[in-house]
Amino acid sequence: MVEDRPWLNRLTHLVLILGVLIVAFPVYVALIASTHPATAFSTGVIPLWPGDQMWENYSLMMGSGLSTAGAPPLAGMILNSLIMALVIATGKIAISVTSAFAIVYFRFRFRQLAFWAIFVTLMLPVEVRIVPTFKVVADLGMLNSYAGLTVPLIASATATFLFRQVFLTIPDELTEAARIDGAGPMKFFRDILLPLSQTNIAALFVILFIYGWNQYLWPLLITTDASYYTVVASIKRLAQAVDSVPQWNLVMAAVILAMLPPVLVVVGMQRLFVKGLVETEK
Amino acid sequence: MASITLDRVGKTYPGGGQAVTDVSIRIADGEFLVLVGPSGCGKSTLLRMVAGLETISTGTVAIGDRVVNTVEPADRDIAMVFQNYALYPHMTVRQNLAYGLKNRGTPAAEIARRVDEAAAILEIGAFLDRKPRALSGGQRQRVAMGRAIVREPAAFLFDEPLSNLDAKLRLSMRGEIRLLQKRLGTTAIYVTHDQLEAMTLADRLVVLNGGRIEQIGTPMEVYRRPATTFVAAFIGSPAMNLIPAQIADGALTVGGVRVQLPLPSGLDGPVTLGVRPEDLQPRRNGGDGHLTLDVSYVEDLGAQRLVHGRIGGHAMVCTLPAGHAVQDRLFLHADADALHLFDVQGGRRLT
Repeated sequence: MVEDRPWLNRLTHLVLILGVLIVAFPVYVALIASTHPATAFSTGVIPLWPGDQMWENYSLMMGSGLSTAGAPPLAGMILNSLIMALVIATGKIAISVTSAFAIVYFRFRFRQLAFWAIFVTLMLPVEVRIVPTFKVVADLGMLNSYAGLTVPLIASATATFLFRQVFLTIPDELTEAARIDGAGPMKFFRDILLPLSQTNIAALFVILFIYGWNQYLWPLLITTDASYYTVVASIKRLAQAVDSVPQWNLVMAAVILAMLPPVLVVVGMQRLFVKGLVETEK
Repeated sequence: MASITLDRVGKTYPGGGQAVTDVSIRIADGEFLVLVGPSGCGKSTLLRMVAGLETISTGTVAIGDRVVNTVEPADRDIAMVFQNYALYPHMTVRQNLAYGLKNRGTPAAEIARRVDEAAAILEIGAFLDRKPRALSGGQRQRVAMGRAIVREPAAFLFDEPLSNLDAKLRLSMRGEIRLLQKRLGTTAIYVTHDQLEAMTLADRLVVLNGGRIEQIGTPMEVYRRPATTFVAAFIGSPAMNLIPAQIADGALTVGGVRVQLPLPSGLDGPVTLGVRPEDLQPRRNGGDGHLTLDVSYVEDLGAQRLVHGRIGGHAMVCTLPAGHAVQDRLFLHADADALHLFDVQGGRRLT
């Protein structure tokens, strides 16, 4: 809207504020719940003002975990999640950027076939191929290991496709100028392509980090050893108190802690992230 | 510094398209050669074959005494300036200039010396540490030329380097390119579709059409004695008038007027007569051998007037000095040596 209409401005703000409230309220409730003692929920009414148990709840979850639910301390699980998310994000980027490089800049036999083969795997997410993947990983003895947590999730058609599009927008003349300047393929890749796709790499890193962090089904499936549990997959276990009421205050503390790292990544890389999504000038 | 020799060079694309056919040119050391022609005439392809960016289907390209058909672009000792400059957007101007030298393993001190030297020549010293994004079109063009200069190559290859600039800047850069090339004495091949650029820059120009050479010559040769109707129409602005005429009994008839012209013997039948608008002189009265132009409209260009009209039903343009009065009718005369005769079929020059 270009023109300045006071009531329209107010309406748009109202809609935006409403949207923010709808998104933020559950998070607020979780945050508040994590600051109360366990007894606060027995009345059936969820408190809306902060309690005084924040420090106790969080230090309990970080330090010793919830032994009744079979959940180890959160600190270790957050570290596991971090390793998993980082390895998946960097692995995906490394593999997809090189395969996109191959597909765009090299003329080899079956190039189109390779591209379409990668493209087709877009239609096969982890959930669809989970049984055969589990079988393979189990046979390779990778259950309960960081390799098992990350390797099957690393190949990425989406990222390859994205980098292909990025590379296609780089003018041919730039490639030719580099050729005349004596830059071989690998040098061109390192000196020209990587710096030029820097913002895209950053944007993709954010998305993939969150993807890796939020993995639920796969870690749940292949980790039986508590020392490899990831935080997102464990929230379920926390709420699963067999013969007692779930300790919601502690569960919510775990939820808030699990939410924190992706938020930090997004906030920290916000500028690059937005630039990578909207920038078109090459 | 080196000469460049193209010997029966041809380019056939995998799909069977013939981009360049049988082109032979010898470019002397230090010469400024311009390849000119309409879009799709193969001029850029030819340049890119010299640069090594396109493979050569037939024939040989030699730089100096070395046949370079299979030599990598970086090892051909050439430097290229692209139409869209092709500067590395993430590098500063200094890094842009230095990149090629760095890849060749030139010592850092030598790189610094050459970059400073090129920056001084092109007056880009003030923004050596800026990114290309922060430069204007003209400045980017200078940087692109700087990148060519620092390599101290045997030849410069220019691929329509001025077409992205505005008209005024193009004019001044044209002069600078010319001066620079003369000063450095480096052989240069320059591709353009702009006949004015071609005329002003070239030591010799090559007019290309459909992947073949139409004519090679100095700008004045090409202007004075175009070898074909294509060249005649392409070089010169406004374009040469080409109208059908008849030769019978050793005399030329055009628009019902017999024109005195020493004709080569053995010519008979229909021909194409070419005459440049600026070679047509107005006469006060109709007379023997004067053409009569029915004036359609007049374009005033300030220094001159372009009179558009018809002679015997054929469109014709003539250039008059500013302020020359024009009525409905104009009587025109052309000297015999300003009349060009071309074959009707092949468009070849007859005189």
